[in-house]
Amino acid sequence: MKRLSIVFLLVLSGIACAGVEYRKFASPEQQQAYENLTSELRCLVCQNQTIADSNAELAADLRRQVYEMLQQGKSKQDIAEFMTDRYGDFVLYNPPFKLKTGLLWIGPVVFLLLGLIAVFLFARRKKTAEKIEISAEKRQRIRSLLEKGDQS
Amino acid sequence: MLKYILPLILFIVLAVFLALGLNLHPSEIPSPLINKPAPAFFAPKLQTPTEKLSPTDLKGKVWLFNVWASWCASCRSEHPILNQLAQQKAALIVGLNYKDESKAALGWLAQLGNPYDVSIMDQDGRIGIDWGVYGVPETFVIDKQGVIRYKHTGPVTPEDVQQTFLPLIAKLQAEN
Repeated sequence: MKRLSIVFLLVLSGIACAGVEYRKFASPEQQQAYENLTSELRCLVCQNQTIADSNAELAADLRRQVYEMLQQGKSKQDIAEFMTDRYGDFVLYNPPFKLKTGLLWIGPVVFLLLGLIAVFLFARRKKTAEKIEISAEKRQRIRSLLEKGDQS
Repeated sequence: MLKYILPLILFIVLAVFLALGLNLHPSEIPSPLINKPAPAFFAPKLQTPTEKLSPTDLKGKVWLFNVWASWCASCRSEHPILNQLAQQKAALIVGLNYKDESKAALGWLAQLGNPYDVSIMDQDGRIGIDWGVYGVPETFVIDKQGVIRYKHTGPVTPEDVQQTFLPLIAKLQAEN
């Protein structure tokens, strides 16, 4: 039964995505908060989707939870805290900066810097390679060779 | 010389990272509830819905909290292992019948055996949210003080029982 209804919902979801959940908000700000929150919380079943995007049952339950807490007048901060208390920082798509998440935040900058340093070193090495000293004697020979080349 | 060694080093570093990545289990999310008091609930029992159970009723006892549902396929593979564990009577086993229909759940227990000392119902998944449940089955171990000491995600295997659950339960039973 459950499986059948999931298949049915999957078929339906393409057509009726927008109309499945209808929620009433007290104010546009509240609706905005709801939309922001649901698109910043990770669905833990299908980990690369937000709970706004996901059709998983858990995502629906969490959307309901967010909606109810907003109705109770809870702030975005309160709701984010409620979620991390239960599911950990992983539930946030925008995790706070702390020791455990440090690599996540600093990593890209570190890699960018490493790349820049590598490019810099590479470019410098090339420049020095071009500046090979040529003795006056060799210079003379090169010139005469070139002139000969022109004559022939 | 460096020209030849550098790519080799890069390759080894990359290979090590990829090998480590293969052994990660990103679907297992560490629970922030470990070493925290068990989240409260006051929920009707599956077999006798007029009675309710709360974690405070279990103070002074070591108990397992196993999240299950009749619609969950891996719960079926875990079930015989729980039945065996129940026979050893090492700890109380409390079931959380998660987002299930009580008729289907009772039918499942009648058919496959009932390892649970008691099961409670969570039809709308709210207790599940409080416990950070994101997949079924999940198994928590709660000590005599009512503190969560361990969480296992996914079906419990006989190895898990022997290597993790039984030693941990024995340790917790010895505590006050």
